[in-house]
Amino acid sequence: MRKSVIRKLPLLFFVLLFLLLAYNVMQMPGHASTAAPAYNDATAHYLEEAVSETGAINVIAAILADYRAFDTLGETIVLFTSIVAVASILKVTDKKTRAVDDHE
Amino acid sequence: MSFLEALLEHINYLGAVAIFVIGLHTVVTHSNLIKRIMGINIMGMAIFLFFVATGNVTGGRPPIVDGSENAEPFINPLPSVLILTGIVVVVSITVYSLSLVIRIYETYGTIDQDEISRMVKEEEEAQ
Amino acid sequence: MNDIIIKTIVRLLIPFIQLYGIFIILHGHISPGGGFAGGALIGTSLVLYTLVFGIESSKRKFSERVSEFAESGGIILYISLGLIGVFMAGSFLTNIDAGFPSGNAGSIFSGGMIPLLMIGIGVKVASTIITLFHSLIEEESA
Repeated sequence: MRKSVIRKLPLLFFVLLFLLLAYNVMQMPGHASTAAPAYNDATAHYLEEAVSETGAINVIAAILADYRAFDTLGETIVLFTSIVAVASILKVTDKKTRAVDDHE
Repeated sequence: MSFLEALLEHINYLGAVAIFVIGLHTVVTHSNLIKRIMGINIMGMAIFLFFVATGNVTGGRPPIVDGSENAEPFINPLPSVLILTGIVVVVSITVYSLSLVIRIYETYGTIDQDEISRMVKEEEEAQ
Repeated sequence: MNDIIIKTIVRLLIPFIQLYGIFIILHGHISPGGGFAGGALIGTSLVLYTLVFGIESSKRKFSERVSEFAESGGIILYISLGLIGVFMAGSFLTNIDAGFPSGNAGSIFSGGMIPLLMIGIGVKVASTIITLFHSLIEEESA
C-alpha cells in the first residue's frame, strides 16, 4: 500500500509541473488575432513586400529561401554534420577492428 | 463563463504544455534509452507546437499572397519558418543518439540505463 | 518481408509518392510545401523500398556513390547560387538584385532563385534521410 503511494509521487510532481506551466501560458495573450504581440512590423513587412521583393507568392518560401537564406544554409550544414557524426560513430569502428584483424 | 473561454482561447498552448510534460515524464521515469529518445522527441514536438501556435490567427488563411480579395487575415509566417529549422535539428539529434545507442548495445548487450550504470560500477570496482 | 501483396503494392505506390514529392518541391514557392517537405517524401519512399525489398536491393538502386553525389551536389548547388549573388550584386545569396528573373508572380517560373534553392534543399534532405537510414539498418544487420 505504502509502496504504491511512493511510486505515484513522480506523477504528482508532473501534475504540479503541468499546473504551473498551464498557469503561466494562461497569462499569454489569448485571442489568436493580428493584434497579438508576435504579429509585429516584421511580419507586416514580409506579408506586404515579399511578392514584389522576391517574386514568390508563398511567403514562407520567400522568407526561407530569400530573407533567411543563411539560416537555411546552416540548416543544410546541420544535416551534413549529422551524416558525418553518424558515420564517424557507426563506420569508423568497423574499420579499426578490421585493421586489427589484418595485423593478427 | 470567462474561465472556460480563457481555456478555449489558450487551448493550443495548453496542449503544448501537456505534450511537454508527457515527454518529460517519459524521459525521467523510463530507463530504456530508446524510450528516452522518444521522450526527447515528444518534448521537441511540444515546443514546435507552442511556437507555431504563437503565430496562429483564428480564421486566418495560409500566407500565400495570390492576390485574391479576401477579408481573412494571413497567419504569421515567421514562427513556421523558424520551426522548419528546429525540425531538422531534432531529426539530426535523434539519429545521432540512435547511433550512440547502437554502439552502447554492442558494448554492454543492453539498452537499459540502470543495468548499464550497474555494469559500469562493477567494472570500476573490479579494477 | 517476402509477402507478394506488400511487394506489389509498394512497387505500384513508390512512383506516385516520388512524383508527389517532386511536385511539392517544384511548387514550393507558389503553394504550401517546399524543399524540406518534398525531400522528406522522396526520402521516405526510399525508406519504404528498403523496408520491403531489403538493404541489398536498395543499395543497388541507391548506392553510396549516388548518395554521396546527391548530398554534396545539393549543398554545392545552394552555395554556388549564393556565390552568383556575390559576383552580381556584392552580397551572398542575393535574389532579385543579382539579376535572377522575377517572373510572373504565381506562375511556376517565378521567384528568381527560390525554386532552384528548393531543388537543392530537396535533393539534400532526401539523400540525407536515406543515407542515415541505411547506416542505421546496415549496423543492425551486420
